[in-house]
Amino acid sequence: MALLEIRDVVKTFGDFTAVNHVSLSVEAGEFFTLLGPSGCGKTTLLRMLAGFEQPDSGQILLDGQNVAGVPPEKRPVHTVFQSYALFPHMTVAQNIAFPLKMAKVSQADIKARVDEVLDDVRLTQFATRFPHELSGGQRQRVAIARALVNRPRLLLLDEPLSALDAKLREDMQIELINLQKEVGITFVYVTHDQGEALALSHRIAVMNKGEVAQLDVPETIYSYPNSRFVADFIGQCNLLDATVVGIDDGKMKLEIEGVGIAEALPVPGAKVGDKGTLTLRPEKIRLGATLPAGDGHEVHFKGKVHDCLFLGDVTIYIVELDNGTLVETMLPNAASGRARFFDDNDQVELAWRFDAGHFVLA
Amino acid sequence: MRNNRLAKWLISGPPLLYLLLFFAIPSAIMAFAAFRFPGDYGGLLPLMNVNPDTGKTELLINAGNYADFLTLENFTRFFQEPVFFELFLKSFWYAGLTTVICLALAYPLAWLIARSPKKHRDLLVLMVILPFWSNFLIRVYSWMIILGPQGYFAKSINAVLGVIGIGPVQLLFSHFAVILVLVYVHLPFMVLPLYANLEKHDMNLLDAAQDLGANAWQRFWRITWPLSLPGVWAGAALVFIPALGMFAVPDLVGGTDGIMIGNLIKQQFLDSRDWPFGSVLSIMLTLAVLMLAGLATLIGRGGKRNAL
Repeated sequence: MALLEIRDVVKTFGDFTAVNHVSLSVEAGEFFTLLGPSGCGKTTLLRMLAGFEQPDSGQILLDGQNVAGVPPEKRPVHTVFQSYALFPHMTVAQNIAFPLKMAKVSQADIKARVDEVLDDVRLTQFATRFPHELSGGQRQRVAIARALVNRPRLLLLDEPLSALDAKLREDMQIELINLQKEVGITFVYVTHDQGEALALSHRIAVMNKGEVAQLDVPETIYSYPNSRFVADFIGQCNLLDATVVGIDDGKMKLEIEGVGIAEALPVPGAKVGDKGTLTLRPEKIRLGATLPAGDGHEVHFKGKVHDCLFLGDVTIYIVELDNGTLVETMLPNAASGRARFFDDNDQVELAWRFDAGHFVLA
Repeated sequence: MRNNRLAKWLISGPPLLYLLLFFAIPSAIMAFAAFRFPGDYGGLLPLMNVNPDTGKTELLINAGNYADFLTLENFTRFFQEPVFFELFLKSFWYAGLTTVICLALAYPLAWLIARSPKKHRDLLVLMVILPFWSNFLIRVYSWMIILGPQGYFAKSINAVLGVIGIGPVQLLFSHFAVILVLVYVHLPFMVLPLYANLEKHDMNLLDAAQDLGANAWQRFWRITWPLSLPGVWAGAALVFIPALGMFAVPDLVGGTDGIMIGNLIKQQFLDSRDWPFGSVLSIMLTLAVLMLAGLATLIGRGGKRNAL
């Protein structure tokens, strides 16, 4: 039995449908992420799990029990708020002790458990500081420690890293993964940052307009997006409008208008004449002045360099195809002293393996 | 840098000068007066005189002989007669009770205003301060009419009491009337600082507390109340200190039994014209308030950092 089961949940605010018939389940010990742009309903769903909002219809089951009508303070679910919401008049230790006090844990046990969790988040020497005396990363760790200390069944994290700067965010991501492994508590993580979602999660539910667009492990979501929206939202992706012109033994022929024929893996349900999008990650495209045929890169096109972006580790080349479509590709700057292989308007060739791209219908 | 300093003095100079002229110097004069003898016809025994013959100003006292013009007997009188101490206690009790009642009434009101939709808040605050638009004495006089034996308020209360066999009671000229009107007069001074504080509270903190297992009472007692303490202290000071020195309200609605320390001080200066003793009473009142404030600070400062 899944730890958390969401069954056909709907939530509307006036005319606006925030969550539209969402069903999903989360296993115990999982790091599960709700990913989507702002307004996609992920925060509303999280607030329903915490108990701050009630679904209009559908059910939320925790350990098989319907939690409808159970107020937030009675749910074994704790939240790490985006703003941390640390109590400013309490020290770090007092903040962390708060949920234990509410649960009427004995004073001696409170002391032991606060010390333990302070150690987990490496804040032991800050126990007597007040929140305003801490850095952003430290506050973040206090918020997590406070939410974890009395071992909830489910920990909800609402964009917990969004207030931190990029470098610190990366460190905290690693810390979060380790912490989750260590404590073994199920995390439901809400974010609009696809990189964060890919790096942290066991599984991701990509949400759009109140619905789950795709639910899968990060690798599948990245390589095999099931819709144009998911492909576009997750990472950098080239989207080429294409029409199915033939399907035979393990390959599908797509016509990209004004450019030519590209091959791709067949997609269930696609038939000749269907229109859709070929999604193609920049790093899967080969780029060169001339590329030999028959080295396994079956799809071959010509173009000219439209723009270059030097990023340090790689350089992004935007290549214009014959029909005017811009395709993003990249080359690693591995060779020393060489960071720019082409200039604007250079004639180049593009190639990719037939299974590098992924076709999605309409 | 020099311009900066000049600007600082230009900004802080006028209020400082004002405080010096109308607070610091008068306080010093009053403190000095407390140690002087009363004059034969009231006021203070003069230190100098204009000689009618020569037309010159001459000192009446010998600077070397302090006992000629300085005395502790005003203080001795204060400490020897328990009636003054009792009046102090009574005044502190009245002011304290007024403060507590104001707090109990103002807190829910301030909380409701702070939680009401933003567009309504200004109007609600305006209604709280609306009484200030009419004269203070007129408002106190209107209470005399309301509480007076011919007023419908007193009549209806006595009618109800009559049914259950008590009364009739006199409302006007009583302790009750003094406290009631003191509360009425000071209530806005409690509401405003409390509102200013409660309005700034971060609602996320209450969500977080609830999420972590706090019920409605715990959320108030553990989060809202401690965070509102600065507002509570500000309001308490704004109510307690003026209420303590109030003489107009006890004068008008307190009758013979309802007087407070302010009435006695006023009496010393205006009726008995015993300025030195009036000064002693004023100074003792100020000292008592300062001690109370110091005590409150000490209690508030206790080492909470290491508690769990």
